[in-house]
Amino acid sequence: MVEKTPVFAIQDFSIYYGDFMAVKTVNLNIESNKITAIIGPSGCGKSTLLRSLNRMNDLILSSRVEGQVLFRGVDIYQKDTDVIELRKRVGMVFQKPNPFPSSVYENVSYGPKIRGIKKKTQLDEIIEHALTRADLWKEVKDKLHESGMSLSGGQMQRLCIARSLAQEPEVLLFDEPTSALDPISTANIEHLLQELQKTVTIIIVTHNMQQAARISAYTAFMYLGELIEFGDTDTIFVNPYNKLTEEYITGRFG
Amino acid sequence: MTGHHEVTREPFEMVRKKKINLKESFFLSLIRMLGSAGAIILFIILSFVLYNGVHILSWDFISKPPIEAMTKGGIFPVIVGTVLLTFICMIVVIPIGVTTAIFLSEYSKPGLLLKTVMMSMYTLAGVPSVVFGLFGLAVFVVAFNFGMSLFAGSLTLAIMVLPYIISTSEEALKAVPYSFKEASLACGATKWQTIRKVILPTAMPGILTGAILGTAKVSGETAPIMFTAAAFFTPGVPKSLFEPIMALPYHIYVLATAGTHIEETRPVQYGTALTLIVLVLGMNLLGIILRSRQRKKRAW
Repeated sequence: MVEKTPVFAIQDFSIYYGDFMAVKTVNLNIESNKITAIIGPSGCGKSTLLRSLNRMNDLILSSRVEGQVLFRGVDIYQKDTDVIELRKRVGMVFQKPNPFPSSVYENVSYGPKIRGIKKKTQLDEIIEHALTRADLWKEVKDKLHESGMSLSGGQMQRLCIARSLAQEPEVLLFDEPTSALDPISTANIEHLLQELQKTVTIIIVTHNMQQAARISAYTAFMYLGELIEFGDTDTIFVNPYNKLTEEYITGRFG
Repeated sequence: MTGHHEVTREPFEMVRKKKINLKESFFLSLIRMLGSAGAIILFIILSFVLYNGVHILSWDFISKPPIEAMTKGGIFPVIVGTVLLTFICMIVVIPIGVTTAIFLSEYSKPGLLLKTVMMSMYTLAGVPSVVFGLFGLAVFVVAFNFGMSLFAGSLTLAIMVLPYIISTSEEALKAVPYSFKEASLACGATKWQTIRKVILPTAMPGILTGAILGTAKVSGETAPIMFTAAAFFTPGVPKSLFEPIMALPYHIYVLATAGTHIEETRPVQYGTALTLIVLVLGMNLLGIILRSRQRKKRAW
């Protein structure tokens, strides 16, 4: 088998908040067009690690990093990194659905518009395509100009996914995307993620171990800022190498 | 088998003890009285001004200029003066205030600059209004040579109301959920795009409400305009920014203290006061309605 170049190569990577070391010398490769899940108890640094991949951690003034994160072979923590371009190519969906308080159309066209696309026909096309990929087009095609906030929780989250997809990202980061949703909406989103991985690399942080087991190809287990174990999801869940992983997965702590 | 334990309890008295009852109701009525004092005072002032001023109010009173040494006629130029003063004041103050608020809520980092700006703002808010009047006189009227004029008065009022506009705008900006900002940045928007396309539009109703309430504050001010803009009498409405104007609060003041026909102008004084109160309360009411409508509309 040919060794594929990873989308993300995280190398000796640490994140600090002030003096606190939230992520400790992590090494991890993310394979293209697969779902990689990051699991671990609250406060283990999994969200922090995820948010460092499109540099959303920059918003926290006291944060700083050591080591490297290579995105397609390029270190994203260089001084002259184009963070805007990075975030366009590495999109993010958050825990709580957070559509803008404007119409469905405005929400999805937000990214393309700030990139200077003005032509209505072109925007219409992008929006239909993004909403279709997010499995939302059928439900909202007759109410594109109604408020995005009038949708149900699951629809809102799919709207947020469509908003990211409108940028044609290569990677989508999901930060516990279903923890605020009911079981049916959760199942819909999981199904959607499995469809999306054909075209987009997906990294998902989740509290829900069954979710990780159901949808991901690879799983990373983090504990107290360290990456304890990383491997095939099947191996991690059936035959974990590390005692801590086993204890967490069997529900003995966390 | 274990037997039942008989527990003896005090019988429950349904009726409260008289003494507690008396004390309770005494304090309750005291609190009610003091609490409603504000409403009572407002009611007394309103009915006093209404009683004395309502009979002079007419279409002619608000649409005609004063005649016969201001004992007769209307107060049209006076109303126009106040409207222009507050309007120009707002045109000047809103861009400065909102920009400062954006700086404070989005760009400033804890440090000396932020501390200095905040301190200045609080101090400015506490300065007595007559001091603004003197400042306006020294700076706008004399140093900038605008003379006693509409423009000088508007600028003076703008400086006075600036801290209020800054703090209401900043509050409105800070009320925008962090998740909107995150969503925008994660879409690859720059900070400025995020502010312009997401944060400002979301905060705009709040900012406008603050501006309307600020307008209400400004339109009633006398001291800041008495040395900078207001004249005892002008023939008609001002034709340029650099002419003195008549304004409602100052008009009441001069008619009641400085005129030669103080008694004869009493009805006009009350009529002017009533007009001013209606204007200010109307704007406050508008602000309050807008604010409550926003709260209801807000889905986050």
